[in-house]
Amino acid sequence: MTDPSTAKVVVIELGCANTASVLFALERLGAEAVLSSDASEIRAAPRVVLPGVGAAGFVMSRIHELGLYDTIRGLTQPLMGVCLGQQLLFDSSEEGNVECLGLIPGRVVKMEAPKPLVVPHMGWNQLQAVREDPLTAGLNAGDYAYFVHSFVCPVTDHTLAQSTYGAPFAAMVRKGNVWGCQFHPERSSTAGAKILENFLTL
Amino acid sequence: MLARRIIPCLDVKDGKVVKGVQFVGHEVLGDAVDMALRYRDEGADELVLYDITASSEGRTVDYNWVRDIARALDIPFCVAGGIRSAEQAVKCLNSGADKVSINSPALERPDLINELAEMAGSQCVVVGVDSRELPLPKSGNRFSDTEGQPALNSDYYVHQYSGDPDKIRAAGRRTLDWVVEAAERGAGEIVLNCMNQDGVRKGYDIRQLRLVRDLIDIPLVASGGAGAPEHFTEVFDQADVSGALAASVFHKKIIHIPDLKRDLQKAGIAVRI
Repeated sequence: MTDPSTAKVVVIELGCANTASVLFALERLGAEAVLSSDASEIRAAPRVVLPGVGAAGFVMSRIHELGLYDTIRGLTQPLMGVCLGQQLLFDSSEEGNVECLGLIPGRVVKMEAPKPLVVPHMGWNQLQAVREDPLTAGLNAGDYAYFVHSFVCPVTDHTLAQSTYGAPFAAMVRKGNVWGCQFHPERSSTAGAKILENFLTL
Repeated sequence: MLARRIIPCLDVKDGKVVKGVQFVGHEVLGDAVDMALRYRDEGADELVLYDITASSEGRTVDYNWVRDIARALDIPFCVAGGIRSAEQAVKCLNSGADKVSINSPALERPDLINELAEMAGSQCVVVGVDSRELPLPKSGNRFSDTEGQPALNSDYYVHQYSGDPDKIRAAGRRTLDWVVEAAERGAGEIVLNCMNQDGVRKGYDIRQLRLVRDLIDIPLVASGGAGAPEHFTEVFDQADVSGALAASVFHKKIIHIPDLKRDLQKAGIAVRI
């Protein structure tokens, strides 16, 4: 097991806002976190985070422009997508009707939240049906995480934890070396810190 | 279950939390980072940090304290005050803020909402609305609602520059029009500050909040009027808001967040404990 205080992480820089809080959260845990959009630096990193705030279409076009599509798909070390980053791991997204990274099977769709529910799904919601995994160690069903999103990933065999807003959706996913969190672990207090710490010791 | 949010609002000047918004001689309550962490420990779900001097001084925003808070805090926070351009907003977000709240600048130039939503995504864009109930000018009887509430001869109007008593003025817009426009332009959340209630501690303006809530399908946060724990129960139950914001009752320790959340839970309201 790696000591989190010496763990190195590359956070993929895609030119969208909001990556600072992910970096800060990793630093709070003692990790060395760097932002990079350099393919060789990303490939050489022991762990990689794919953040993402904004629209799927825009961020996928950034990934292509930066020549990172094959790089990300070819990673063999632990990779974690956060928020939109989790959605991009799937085959495709209804948001902008875009092909995504295809690392996890399934299509991301617009959240169905009939009135009086409001969209975006913004705030603290509970994790349910938490499956045992190195990333979920120490987490329990009922733990709260901070979500902000309008599109959802389907619940499949690759779901590690789900959450419900209108309908159930995948809150955490895993396939092989690829993990994802729909919520923001960097803003999810104790539970979020636990997940990031687990990621740093993968 | 999505939890209702309890949101303390901190007025920040030069990295310190201060009391007494408008005039000189602010009383310093503490360091912004320390207070943010204290509220986090008490169970606040989110914080709003309001830069009280940036807007009225018209200066370039120095958001180093945003970075300091983002480094320390592990719950979401929103920065308000002094954000006049998409560039400034993005700077805030790049410094680690989760959302930015715009108020007067959005009234001056509503396209700012669209620009921000396009650059950063709607989820980062909060539109703050200062609203006051005023008598209707002459004719007009818009509020003929059937609930038998008063105010048949009044309407809600947006105000701007409310941070400065010399500059505050009606913005010439109906609140109910403005919130719909803001949502259509891409706001991800509305914070409705009901000025008639502000500082009175007699409870949130349930009627106004309910009217706004029924018009928009993005999250609504109530602001203005919190004085007792039951005011929070009322506003969640009756106005169905996503969050409730308050300042002085938390700073003056009239309401202790852990006690408040236990009360809310007992009343059957979903809260994060």
